Order: sequence, then structure tokens, then C-alpha cells
Amino acid sequence: MRAYKPKDNLQKKSYHNDRFYIKPTLKRGSVYDDSTFSADYLSLSNIVEITESYIELDHLVIYIKPEDNIKTIEHLKTVRAYDFLVELSAIDYISSRGGFEIFYEMLSTSKRKRLRVKTFIKDGEAIESVENIFRMANWSEREMYDMFGIVANNHSYMKRILMPDDWQGYPLRKTYPLHGDEAAQWYEVDKIFGKEARDIIGPELRDAAAIDRYDTTRFARLGHEVPYGTDISDGNEPDTPIRYQEEGGVALFGKKLVTPFDEIESKNLEERR
Amino acid sequence: MQQVNRLKPFFENITFDRDDNTMVVNFGPQHPSAHGQLRLVLELQGEEVVKAHPDVGYLHRGMEKMGENMIYNEFLPTTDRMDYIASTANNYGYALAIEKLIGIEAPRRAEVIRTMLVELNRIISHLFWLATHALDVGAMSIFLYAFREREFAMDLMEDYCGARLTHSAVRIGGVPLDLPKGWITNLEKFMFILDEQIKVYEGLLTKNRIWRMRLENVGVVDANMARQWGCTGIVLRGAGVKWDLRKEMPYGLYPELEFNIPVSNTGDSYGRYKLHMQEMYESMKILKQLIPMYEESESQLMAHAPEYISASKEDIMTQNYSLMQHFVLVTQGMRPPVGEVYVATESPKGELGFFVSSDGSPYPYRLKLRAPSFWHTGLLQDLLPGHQLADVVTIIGNLNIVFGEIDR
Repeated sequence: MRAYKPKDNLQKKSYHNDRFYIKPTLKRGSVYDDSTFSADYLSLSNIVEITESYIELDHLVIYIKPEDNIKTIEHLKTVRAYDFLVELSAIDYISSRGGFEIFYEMLSTSKRKRLRVKTFIKDGEAIESVENIFRMANWSEREMYDMFGIVANNHSYMKRILMPDDWQGYPLRKTYPLHGDEAAQWYEVDKIFGKEARDIIGPELRDAAAIDRYDTTRFARLGHEVPYGTDISDGNEPDTPIRYQEEGGVALFGKKLVTPFDEIESKNLEERR
Repeated sequence: MQQVNRLKPFFENITFDRDDNTMVVNFGPQHPSAHGQLRLVLELQGEEVVKAHPDVGYLHRGMEKMGENMIYNEFLPTTDRMDYIASTANNYGYALAIEKLIGIEAPRRAEVIRTMLVELNRIISHLFWLATHALDVGAMSIFLYAFREREFAMDLMEDYCGARLTHSAVRIGGVPLDLPKGWITNLEKFMFILDEQIKVYEGLLTKNRIWRMRLENVGVVDANMARQWGCTGIVLRGAGVKWDLRKEMPYGLYPELEFNIPVSNTGDSYGRYKLHMQEMYESMKILKQLIPMYEESESQLMAHAPEYISASKEDIMTQNYSLMQHFVLVTQGMRPPVGEVYVATESPKGELGFFVSSDGSPYPYRLKLRAPSFWHTGLLQDLLPGHQLADVVTIIGNLNIVFGEIDR
């Protein structure tokens, strides 16, 4: 039977999983463990609905509804003094939950605290751009669109940023294939001679590192040369003795151009400088 | 996936108003002053820039995707290729993030060596910045002088890890090697030379009329603009905000070290130049404090955490269980707990952050690399308009952007 390959997650997976292994989980603290974070949380919970919140590795993590993102970021920036939006991106959960988790990583330079606002949107939904609150979101949201295909509404320039403009597909989705287009080897043949010529011509050689050991006309047998163009497919490989031009002497320089290595005279450097 | 035989006709999608007298100039991506693969589409009114459109992505290698398909240790050498001028800073940031995720701490000696390498790398990076920036502005000899000292610093790196540019000198859980014999002496020699040489650079540049004319009041970034664009590092400190993660949210050995955070209130290129010079002195100050700390520390180099970190080579070769553990960690990879971590360190460019979302498998579920230069490049579209064409090169060079980490 063919091995099952899930179509919605093409990422590399561990080849071995212990069925009795229980994954440990990071400790999640209560929001009220930290006085600064609890004040932030209480202040924000008056403005928007917080679906989940905890403290994980010195970060306050807040889950909000996607339509509240502007209000949340605005409130955190103006009222709670989180003056930096450090990072903004998404996590692909299409295979497990059918959508993306978007995170906004924020930093307060006055309180020296970091928090993460998270929200979940379904695949195909768009999110409101926070560009008007933090200008840096201009580029972050473009990157998010480029990598995941998540559109930010009311963004001033919603174009790809890292990939070429005419690229198809979104590279950071788990559904994006890890290898190239396998049919590409036939493109040239099909286009020029037609599909029926495939058997005669064979695929286009796309592996630049491919070495054919029976190829005696090019550089495939460096160090194991045979006379040029010899057919060695029958296993009969005549040796080519390697001769150096200098051995017989070079016309301009006379006989001894290459001096033999002298073990006593030569010296190894002990230190570099 | 791209379908090669079905390419759509592609026209430039940047809209410029062409019914006036402006001229559109395409700067890069193959331009010696573009510091890598920066394509900058400029709209000029005479010599003045009225609109700038930075176009990045020419060095995009999909590192985040690569990271999601590699085990944690496997990805470490790839981080070298982010900010390739200061690769140890990337290694260190990544190692710290994973260490925080799995809840281990590197032994003290490893931490001392790492901090030494990171600070030495900061000096290398700043020297490189000074050399290339001065060359852009037209000071040829500074380029040669600064590269000479950078060469000595890279020799030190080579003596430690064998590589000059892409070091991979840090491991998750510590460092692989102790400092070689005589390294500390060489470091002291280097610092002695560098201390004199920085004074030479400053003598050549600080009061130089041309240098000041080219840099003063050029590329003024105020604090609000820096905050809006997520600028960190020297760009932010040049705007008068005293924010250095080593001091404000310290990690590693930095709480124990004594150093100053130079801040400039001018916000212009000249202020940022001065900050770079002062930061090299501060890095040397840190290095000098680390030398006695190294000598006092115990010799353990890798953290003891058999679940995540391979045992020492000696143990692997002599003890069966260590060998088995090592085999599993190399072939399958470590399995960190389920959870998310964001760790930011102060790289020579600014806040370098690693966001790792782990689902408990040996491959990170999501790895987001927060590179400071990305936003320093985005800043260009707000910063360049109003400047002269000649200042564009100054500003690009001055912001210290490296395309390895912008495009990742």
C-alpha cells in the first residue's frame, strides 16, 4: 500500500514517533501573577472581549476576536504604553483548525514588558490593517500577505514584498510543496517537439551536479581519465597516464621548473602572525 | 507553486504620476552602494527625491520555511546567513531562544565565551559599517584602515571556530570548544591596536569638513518615526531614545557587566556615526571585563540536559547510554515542549528576535525571524523624500542594513 501523505500539510515530519511519548507543555501562568500584566489585562478587558489569556515565558498572551484588533492595538499603544509593535505575522493552522493565527508582538519600553496579542481567522478571511497605528505594519502585513495570502483590509499597498509580483502560491503555508515542479523536466521537450518525442529525447537534465561515469568527453572522470571519447560501457577502462607539461621542461624556463619537495629544507610556520 | 510555462505578463506595478517633470530612477539591485540587493525606485524632481519605493526580496531564501523543515540544531548554521556581517549574533539569539524554550541555561564559561564572541562580532560589524559607509561617502582610505583591523578581528574568530564570516560558533546549550591557547593574549593585542586605530578613524572623520557636510542633518529620524517603523539599535538610540536590550532587558551575562549606552539626540547620520564609534569602545570595555570572568569560570562548556543536548564527546565514546541519546538527538532531533517563545537580543543592527512556536515535534511549527534591518529598510520610503539624490547613498549606508537578514 502507498504511504499516506496528508495533502494539507506537506512539511517534513519526524520519521519516528514513540507512541507512548507524552509531549511536555510549557507552564502557563495566570495573568494575575504579574502586577503590570494584570493591570494591562484588566484595562484591556473593559474595551474588548478577551477569549483567553495567560503568561508564558515572561510574555502576556492575549487572545482577541479578529475584528477587535485595531481597538486592541490602539488601546495598548495609547493607554497601556506599549509603544513598539515589534513583530506581526501568522501561523498556519489550516490542517488542524482551518485557518491562521495572527500574532502581534508588542513591547513597552517604559514598562520593559512584552506581550503578544493573538487572533484567529479562517482561511480566506481578511484582517483589518494596523498600518495607521504602527507604520511598520505596512511592511509586516505585506510580508504576511506574501507568505500566507492573508489580506489586510485598508492597507495602502497590498502587494507581495519578498517574492516576485507574479508568483503563485504562498510559500509559508504548510500546503506549499517543498520540492520543485517535477513536470518541469519535460517542458522544453513538450514545447519544441511535442509530447510524443519524450521517449526519443528523454527528460531535460536539470541536475547540475549529475555525473555520468561513462561520459568520457567531459569532466566526469577527473583524476580517473581515459582517452577522449573511448567507449567504456563494457567495463574496459584503459588508463591515461597523467603527465605534466613541466616534466619534460618548458621551452622558456629550461628543465627544472618544478622543484621536488625537500623535507629538510622546507619549514612549517608555527604561528600565523 | 510557480508554473514556469504559464508566466503571466508582468508589468511594473508601481504607480507614479508621470504628467509632471519628475524622473524615475531605478537604483539597484546591482549597485555597489545598495549594500546588497536593494532595489530602490526613486522619483526625482531635479536632484530632490520626492518619492522612494524600496523593493526587497532579491536575496530571499525562505529561511523561515527552511527552519520549519529542519531539526533545531540543523537550523543553526542557516542563521549565519541572516546578518552575515555579524553571524555570531544570530547564532546567539537563536540559541538563547531555543534554550529558553527547553528551559536550560548554558554553563558560565560557555556564556562568557559567547558574550566575548558576540562583542567581538559587534566590533567586526561596526568596522565593516564604518569602512563601507565611508567608502560610499567618498573616504577611500578609511575603508582600507577599517578593513585592516576587521581582518585582525576575523583572525581571532578564525582561531576560535575556523570560520571567518559564517561562524556557527555557538551551540544550543553552550559552545562546542574552549578558547584556544593564546587567544586571550591575541585578543588583548587586538584591543590595544584597535583602541589606537579608532582614534585614527575619529581623527580622520569626526572633524573632517566633507564628512560633516555629507552627514550632518542628513537622514534625520526622530523618536516618533523610529517608534512607528519599529526601528531599534543605533537608529533608535540616534533618535534620542535610550534603549538597548543589553541594558534595559538584560540577558546572559550583561547584568554583571559594566558599560554605557551611548545616545545621540541629533537623529541624523552624523549622530549615528558617533554612536557606532562609541559602541566599539563599549564593546572593548565589555571584552576587558570578560577576560577575568573567563579565567575564574569552570571548564564545563555544554549544559547538562540529556533530553535535549548531547553529552560530551568523551561520554559519547565511552558510555552506551550517552551514545544512544546522541544518536537519537542527531537523527530525530530534540523535542522541546509545546509552547511559544519570543527572545530578542541586541544584535549590532538592533533588536534581533526569534519567535518559535513548537508543537512538541522535532521541527519548529513556526519560526519567525525578526530582523532589525527589515524595518530600517522600510523606513527609507518615509525618510528619503526631501533629500538630495547624493544623500540617498549616505542614508542607505548609514542605516547599516544587511540584505541577508532583510530577505532572510
